[in-house]
Amino acid sequence: MEEFSSLMQGFSVALTYHNLLFMFVGILLGVLIGVLPGLGGANGVAILLPLTFTMPPTSAIIMLSCIYWGALFGGAITSILFNIPGEPWSVATTFDGHPMAKAGRAGEALTAAFTSSFIGALIAVIVITFLAPLVAKFSLKFGPPEFFAVQLLTFCSFVGLGKGHPAKTIAAMMLGFALAAVGLDTVTGTLRMTFGTTELLRGFDFLIAVIGLFGIGEILLTMEEGLAFKGVHARINPRVVWHTWKQLPKYWMTALRGTLIGCWMGITPGGATPASFMSYGIAKRFSKTGEKFGTGEMEGVVAPETAAHAAGTSALLPMLTLGIPGSPTAAVLLGGLLIWGLQPGPLLFVEQKDFVWGLIASMYLGNIVGLIIVLTTVPWWAAILRVPFSIIAPIIVVICAIGAYTVHNAMLDVALMLVFGVVGYLFKKLDYPLAPLVLALVLGDMAESSFRQSMLLSRGEVSIFWSNGLVGSICALAMLMLFWPVITKLLARLRRGDNDLDEARPVE
Amino acid sequence: MSDDGHHESGAHRGVSTKTMEIVVALLTLALGLVVIYDSRRVGAGWAEDGPQAGYFPFYIGIILCFASAWTLWQTLFSGKAAAGVFVSHKKLRLVLSVFVPAVIYVAATWFIGIYVASAAFIGVFMYWHGRFAWSRIVPVSLSVPVAMFLLFEVWFLVPLPKGPLEALIGY
Repeated sequence: MEEFSSLMQGFSVALTYHNLLFMFVGILLGVLIGVLPGLGGANGVAILLPLTFTMPPTSAIIMLSCIYWGALFGGAITSILFNIPGEPWSVATTFDGHPMAKAGRAGEALTAAFTSSFIGALIAVIVITFLAPLVAKFSLKFGPPEFFAVQLLTFCSFVGLGKGHPAKTIAAMMLGFALAAVGLDTVTGTLRMTFGTTELLRGFDFLIAVIGLFGIGEILLTMEEGLAFKGVHARINPRVVWHTWKQLPKYWMTALRGTLIGCWMGITPGGATPASFMSYGIAKRFSKTGEKFGTGEMEGVVAPETAAHAAGTSALLPMLTLGIPGSPTAAVLLGGLLIWGLQPGPLLFVEQKDFVWGLIASMYLGNIVGLIIVLTTVPWWAAILRVPFSIIAPIIVVICAIGAYTVHNAMLDVALMLVFGVVGYLFKKLDYPLAPLVLALVLGDMAESSFRQSMLLSRGEVSIFWSNGLVGSICALAMLMLFWPVITKLLARLRRGDNDLDEARPVE
Repeated sequence: MSDDGHHESGAHRGVSTKTMEIVVALLTLALGLVVIYDSRRVGAGWAEDGPQAGYFPFYIGIILCFASAWTLWQTLFSGKAAAGVFVSHKKLRLVLSVFVPAVIYVAATWFIGIYVASAAFIGVFMYWHGRFAWSRIVPVSLSVPVAMFLLFEVWFLVPLPKGPLEALIGY
């Protein structure tokens, strides 16, 4: 109950006139940032951080976290309408969101995405409010082997649950890891796969790959099909919203699972991107209509969106309680806290009560304001679709080029974006899945460093990955996922064998 | 890239899917070998202070080679290999009609800056593919770079590549 009274006090801080205004501005800026490919939540918060130095810390963090919520919402808009994920965590939303839009159900897809995001975030905020101390204790138990095991689980579930051929899934994934390894090795300081090029020192940023693979690749594919965004109409009005809301309760289980995965991945710094992929994969496995995933199933939109928002929101928990950022954006916000002279950690809850609870209250309010804003401004975003393709296509190429350039202010990245565009075109036509490639590129560094740290701890003994119950069970689950197709085949064969016997018996 | 598939006739002539499967699998195989080679160069074993720089990528390279060989084997020897045309010549021309201008656009950005290059790219694209009148091409192709300039350069304070024209007006 103590949390409840603190939260009420937080609402009184967040509900002042100027804080509400910052919330509103933050959400609008966030949606804009989320919509522009390449200008992600982390970049957006980082760019706008200097603007908030003159504000009181509470107002500043409210505005910045609202930019974050806005970016989380905004990423879904371009994913669904153009098949261009504005944010890495909206990649999984494109799988079913864009086919829905192509089938003329853009309004439904957007409403489902926004509502699921809202629900995911709301449950995550409730988790933050009431479980903060408990969860903080648990995440202290996570060492490098556990981190690696969680990442292994994510990758294995791709191979086992993906719809593509395992060889192609593995090839795409390894390509992502290989690209992630390019550049300066931060542990030993060795240059890897740069072949004497200073430009490659930075390595390959996943944003460049995403912009090329999805943005340029999609333009090339669309060109091949003729000059049109086929059938993408986004009519969103109260009737469409109401109609979608009536359907959503059917997917309560998917939403709940997505939220749990998201909270888990957000707190144990897995992040919103793997959470959205994992939630999508698991929803596909457990859904009655799993085989239809990828063709425009609303459930395929609900799953990644709830998980991404729950992860994005709960990533702030370890940042506040332990000073460990659960996501890149949380890392930038952490930088902000330090600049404002606030020391994150358990003491923050004691010493800066107004700040912490004001922020938590703003998470509730920010998401409500966000949902209202995105639902009401979508017709404006959707109006872009009425513009002919021969105008939109070059503009998208220009936006992609700008997005690729702004990641590191490097022209080489823009050229690389075109190369990734060709890769995206080829891979898509040959059924190589793009998601594992991007995921490996995003998590490659993290996976490698947690693997190396584990190896250091065990002096090269792989047995560290089943040295205790926690890491052992995650690894076992990963292996189960990896060999899932073989297991299901074997089980089916066994069952068929039994049936044959059963059928044989009466004859006898 | 344009390799003639001889199995189809008339309008469906183009690059065969099988050829492209083989090309892409060979490319990923080559990349895998590069990864293995470079990992061995920087050391793929165990040093006194722990795993060497190539320790992790070395295994990535091996798995990449294995997966590519698997795909290659499937394409060449398994009956399930995909048949048909990957892209017909007609469609390839359409794809190139957007890709080649995009390459020229990116190259031009180095010399004349992104704003001027964008205006030209949008204008040419609209004229070529949309057959729009100049009265529509000019306002659209000019307003987009101006909006970008305001958004990135003025509002977000993100500098984008600029050329001689921007220098002339003091940027």
